[in-house]
Amino acid sequence: MKLKKWMAVSLAAAMTAGTLAGCGGGQTAETEAAKTEAARAEETKAEETEAAKAEAAGDGSVYYLNFKPEQADQWKAVAETYTEETGVPVTVVTAASGTYEQTLKSEMAKSEAPTLFQVNGPVGLASWKDYCYDLKDTAVYKDLSSDDFALIGDDGAVKGIAYVIETYGIIYNKAILNDYMAMDGAVVKSVDEINSFDKLKAVADDMQAKKDELGIVGAFASTGFDASSDWRFKTHLANLPLYYEYKADGISSTEAVKGTYLDNFKNIFDLYITDSVCEPALLSGKTGSDAAAEFALGEAVFYQNGTWAYGDIKDNDVADEDLGMLPIYIGAEGEENQGLCTGSENFWCVNSKAPEEDIQATLDFLQWVVESDEGKTALAQEMGFVTPFTTFTEEYLPANPLVAAADEYVKSGKTSVSWNFTTMPSEEWKNQLGSAMLEYAQGTGDWDAVKKAFVDNWAAEYQAAKN
Amino acid sequence: MGSKKQKINTLITVIFSVLSIAYLFPIALVVLNSFKKKAYISKRPFAIPKGKMFVGFDNYINGIEKTGLFSAFGWTVFITVFSVLAIILCTSMCAWYICRVKNAWTTTLYYMCLFSMIVPFQMVMFPLSKIANILGLTTPWGLIVVYLGFGAGLSVFMFTGFVKSIPLEIEEASMIDGCTPIHTFFDVVLPIMQPTCVTVAILQTMWIWNDYLLPYLILDMKKYKTISIAVQYLRGGYGSIDMGAMMGVLVLAIIPIVIFYLFCQKYIIEGVVAGAVKG
Amino acid sequence: MDKAIKRYFPVFVLPTLLAFTMGFIAPFIVGVYLSFCKFTTINDAKFVGLVNYTKIFTDATFVHALWYTALFTIVSVILINFFAFVAALMLTRKVKGTNLFRTVFFMPNLIGGIILGYVWNLLLNGILLQFGKTLTYSSTYGFWGLVILMCWQQIGYMMIIYIAGIQSIPGDLMEAAKIDGANNWDILKNVTLPMVMPSITVCTFLTLTNGFKLYDQNLALTNGEPSNMSEMLALNITNTFYGRTGWEGVGQAKAVVFFILVAIIALTQNIITRRKEIQQ
Repeated sequence: MKLKKWMAVSLAAAMTAGTLAGCGGGQTAETEAAKTEAARAEETKAEETEAAKAEAAGDGSVYYLNFKPEQADQWKAVAETYTEETGVPVTVVTAASGTYEQTLKSEMAKSEAPTLFQVNGPVGLASWKDYCYDLKDTAVYKDLSSDDFALIGDDGAVKGIAYVIETYGIIYNKAILNDYMAMDGAVVKSVDEINSFDKLKAVADDMQAKKDELGIVGAFASTGFDASSDWRFKTHLANLPLYYEYKADGISSTEAVKGTYLDNFKNIFDLYITDSVCEPALLSGKTGSDAAAEFALGEAVFYQNGTWAYGDIKDNDVADEDLGMLPIYIGAEGEENQGLCTGSENFWCVNSKAPEEDIQATLDFLQWVVESDEGKTALAQEMGFVTPFTTFTEEYLPANPLVAAADEYVKSGKTSVSWNFTTMPSEEWKNQLGSAMLEYAQGTGDWDAVKKAFVDNWAAEYQAAKN
Repeated sequence: MGSKKQKINTLITVIFSVLSIAYLFPIALVVLNSFKKKAYISKRPFAIPKGKMFVGFDNYINGIEKTGLFSAFGWTVFITVFSVLAIILCTSMCAWYICRVKNAWTTTLYYMCLFSMIVPFQMVMFPLSKIANILGLTTPWGLIVVYLGFGAGLSVFMFTGFVKSIPLEIEEASMIDGCTPIHTFFDVVLPIMQPTCVTVAILQTMWIWNDYLLPYLILDMKKYKTISIAVQYLRGGYGSIDMGAMMGVLVLAIIPIVIFYLFCQKYIIEGVVAGAVKG
Repeated sequence: MDKAIKRYFPVFVLPTLLAFTMGFIAPFIVGVYLSFCKFTTINDAKFVGLVNYTKIFTDATFVHALWYTALFTIVSVILINFFAFVAALMLTRKVKGTNLFRTVFFMPNLIGGIILGYVWNLLLNGILLQFGKTLTYSSTYGFWGLVILMCWQQIGYMMIIYIAGIQSIPGDLMEAAKIDGANNWDILKNVTLPMVMPSITVCTFLTLTNGFKLYDQNLALTNGEPSNMSEMLALNITNTFYGRTGWEGVGQAKAVVFFILVAIIALTQNIITRRKEIQQ
């Protein structure tokens, strides 16, 4: 350790000296680069020393930077159990909402970097591919049911493995919807009739008009644009126009999106805003918990979110058997057969730059999580995850009514909508789209800005990522 | 004449009493909401929590559990106390040396300190966090060193300002008696500097106790949090900001510092004034 | 005597010097260097010249943040100093309860910016809710929200500095003015104001730099919403740095520009007010 510190001091000194020389003597860029090169070499040496030390000590440790704050406590518990059983220290840190990339970046720069981290899909992988250990020969990859759930690099290496499959759509309150359908003049008599955007809109509009008789505040829960909620729209809702465009063009990703289905996107977004429990001017401050509370307390009938939201709405006024999920219809052709949106944006990656024994410890930990009873119980029952691993047999299915609803759609032969938002160019793109959507929603901006943020910015961000 | 002045003064007292109440209102509002069920906080912030809305101390318990507030509090106290002690001890010695040994080096150091006072933190945040990481200063102990370094500018500046006003004769007498400079400093100079020490201590405490970005970037987030970090952490949570826990934590973060302030306000206010006059 | 002390360099200066080098000098120099580089961590920095600096001004959010910060600073400096001075004038008239008022007004300064931000977030959103709006509805709300918050926090601080300044005016000066038949306004203009000029220098300096460097309150109150429109410089820089992959160098370059701005403002302000003091 001491040696390493000295190396670090000399590194800092070397860099400072290099810079000073650069300022004073007006040296060329090449010399500067050479200096940094030297500094880097020193840094590597320092790292190697550290690695050698740890190896001598014998066993590795695991540091997991978790993406999902909903399961922060459960992961901590899993880590403790594992440490008790094996004596291998496991640290779990959960990044705050919307700060994962940021946290990952600053943590990876540290000497005790995460050994296990997450990327959200191909785009996330692009920035971290050099840090991904090839998981091809690992137990956790062998347990994976299909390559659909792995991120394969250009070189054929298995860079990331999905550990949870999730589904989202429009969650609805069956009890209130049934009350409505029992009313005279109801637009539909059975929920199966709602199989297109027009039907959905007719129902929502009518319910909004009759909200006092139904004892609700509005049809849809608030379309909040606080950072804890805006991803439901700038990412998840925006997936639908993207899905239909990719489908129409027969592609799975693009660097220049056309925005063919943006009018449909506008339709569904308008519906969310108009038939809502809250005034558009309040949307900017509405949080994820606000929307969950509105739905859970029976103030709203529809609530766009996914299987993971069950924890937020259970044990309130809505009974479990009253929870259902509808596909998000946007008025595209052939949407009668559209199912829910299913996919994953949670891929495990093992830090290839971590010391050897830490990598091994991490792989062992992952194997334990997907193969041991404790691990499987924690993932399925406590965290409520549907996983893509073959080791999770019948008894390891989560008791989540939303998952059950999702299953029904698959069984009835509807086509699931894939998660194409993992191909969105950057966080920046999503943020700008979210801002434009909010401004449009609250009336301070127009729809053209949304189009611009969607189409023009897409190309611009892909371009920027290349430079 | 006298009665007119009296009337105006009474009027001022009345106006300021109203203003004072208004001044305390935001904090009172947070206290009020800390007893409210979380779903109602942002919907009805001004309602009195009663009946269905009242949750007792749930928000506090929840907030403490979620943020590990007690340990954050402990670390904040630890970091603040020891950083301030280190700053006072080291920079007062350094300032005395700068004043007594006049050469190009000490003058340069003095101007560097002056210069550092106007550099915004964003300028150094990334290199600083990287260097701190390489040197293994990502613990509360290490943070003390960082605070000593980053806070040195202001303190050296204030101490030198004071040392310049100390007559040399006192020190010379002590030195002639055969005392080493170290003895002289601790027996003679430091006691004279006491008022400045208090001022520096107060200004640095107010800064370090409340600082957010520096500890956030430097501390090893796996193990340590300060109060500000704990509060900001609550803002996270994918899909949910627990407003209840937030209110509870805010109240718990405010109360100790207000109590401390009420006991030491005389020194604090004097310290701030003294600091301003010298700065 | 010099020589006797000089040998004790390692004891007296070295600890501070080492910490100062590590905590300020080295990061500062590396920071300037990195502003000419493309990098994600320090180890992979590549020298790219002025590219980062040219990128800064094509970034609309930075230009906006610059104006927003400037406007905020001007408004808050004027309001804070005006109200603090007026309050100080009133509280130096031997009014009943002065100590209590002083205690109350100063208190917010001890509470951290993050905490204050959330306290005011609750209050202001609560008030705006009555009008069907929220703080993040538009940057105007965020702007005035921040101004109110900063006034609330800093008036007390500046007030006690002004009180000390006013109290240090020799009593006979006032008496003499009164005997000469000066009215209250004349006294204020010709005696009090010139005599508290040093306090004004200090207070404008503090409010200026506080306004310009504001981060915590901005983060907690609006976090730059909506659309980065209520984002001030410090927050903009930090977000660029940690929030956008590939923009670290630009963030660092922004920080250098930011530093130069703060330095220019601090120096100009100092020169101007000090000159005024001397003239008096």
